[in-house]
Amino acid sequence: MCLSIPAEILSIDKEMAEVSVGGTKYNASISLVQNVKVSDYILIHSGYGIAKIDEKEARETLTLMKDIKTKELGY
Amino acid sequence: MVIKFVDEFRNKDLILEAVEAIRNISVKPITLMEVCGGHTMSIHKFGIPSLLPDNIKLLSGPGCPVCVTSRHFIDSAAACAGEKDIILTTLGDLIRVPGTETSLYSEKSKGRDIRIVYSVLDALKIAGKNPDKKIVFPGIGFETTAPLSAAAIMDAKKSGLKNFYILSAHKVMPPVMTALIDEGVKINGYICPGHVSIITGTGIYKPIVDNYGLGCVVGGFEPLDIIQSIYMLVKQFENNKPALENQYTRAVAPEGNLKAQEMIRRVFRTSPDWWRGIGTIPESGLILTEEFKEFDALQLFDPPEMINSETDRGCICGEILKGLKTPAECPLFGKICTPVDPVGACMVSGEGSCAAWYRYGREAS
Ligand code: SF4
Repeated sequence: MCLSIPAEILSIDKEMAEVSVGGTKYNASISLVQNVKVSDYILIHSGYGIAKIDEKEARETLTLMKDIKTKELGY
Repeated sequence: MVIKFVDEFRNKDLILEAVEAIRNISVKPITLMEVCGGHTMSIHKFGIPSLLPDNIKLLSGPGCPVCVTSRHFIDSAAACAGEKDIILTTLGDLIRVPGTETSLYSEKSKGRDIRIVYSVLDALKIAGKNPDKKIVFPGIGFETTAPLSAAAIMDAKKSGLKNFYILSAHKVMPPVMTALIDEGVKINGYICPGHVSIITGTGIYKPIVDNYGLGCVVGGFEPLDIIQSIYMLVKQFENNKPALENQYTRAVAPEGNLKAQEMIRRVFRTSPDWWRGIGTIPESGLILTEEFKEFDALQLFDPPEMINSETDRGCICGEILKGLKTPAECPLFGKICTPVDPVGACMVSGEGSCAAWYRYGREAS
């Protein structure tokens, strides 16, 4: 029950959204997340969106170890 | 590149790169505790311990909500389900958790109206369709799930729904994290629960860094997230610089989800709470505030007496939740206690240590 899954917002109707998790569609409440729009990714937890996923931050995390290798470990 | 936020964080090359970086800097023996059940599951599912050098030890903490839910709470939910006109709606995880004498599963087989739902939203729908029944939802979980129960209650209030109730066993994380260190559990850093932090922000762990000198890294749930979090904690430890860091920046803002925090504050207040296998921890539970009392399921039944018999039949869940023992050290593990016939709560939820060890075939380490 700690699971939260990344889901893409397909459409929004007031506080509910239709989302896609790898192609499977679900309905989720977006009453807990602010400023989300269609094509944003949110984390879904037990039927509620709890966070918008920040793409820029995600990309930085993916390159983190490369940076560390070059900057800190020197190779 | 289109990013989908799952596969990229399971990329083997990136993971091996991070593992190599850990091996490059890790010298001293170090023990890290992951608090969240979601982390426990990922760590075992992706075989992370086998990637790490021998001097790094991972322990599972008390962050599986099902595992720390007390027998008394199950007894209470069962008693509530036994009252007239009640429909008890529960997440599937809770149904097999043993209470003192019973479980919701056995109550259901006795004919009680107990229904499995996927979300508290379903419970609200059932309440709308059954105005002559009282719908009770047992709310378990930490800061991640508490706002969901709060949102449901606020929804019910707004729409004038008079037959929806929450039986709250919601809990908050920081008190148990400090209680464990106070009890003498020897760890060198915490992999802090990512989804809790989405709601709370990262600041809740600052006192652990400041007062206990332990590193705290908020981590995501994919294998790359976990390995990177371990790297950050190892680096802090090797440099003797415990700090609060955030690896899960794509989801966790430093201030957290302010809207959800506000909902928790309005609907709940803290109170002492009992953690299975650990005992009572002050200010660690969430109960309904005066303003929302009409939604409290406690008014619908007489709660059974609290019996402090949490460690029966040889189950050592408590010591496992405190990181003092591993599941393999339990004589019942895999023999008498299995996910099909669990003795303790740690074997019930997929996120429990015992269930994760059983499922992903870890032997004694
Ligand atoms: S294996 Fe079963 S009995 Fe042993 S500690 Fe885990 S849950 Fe308890």
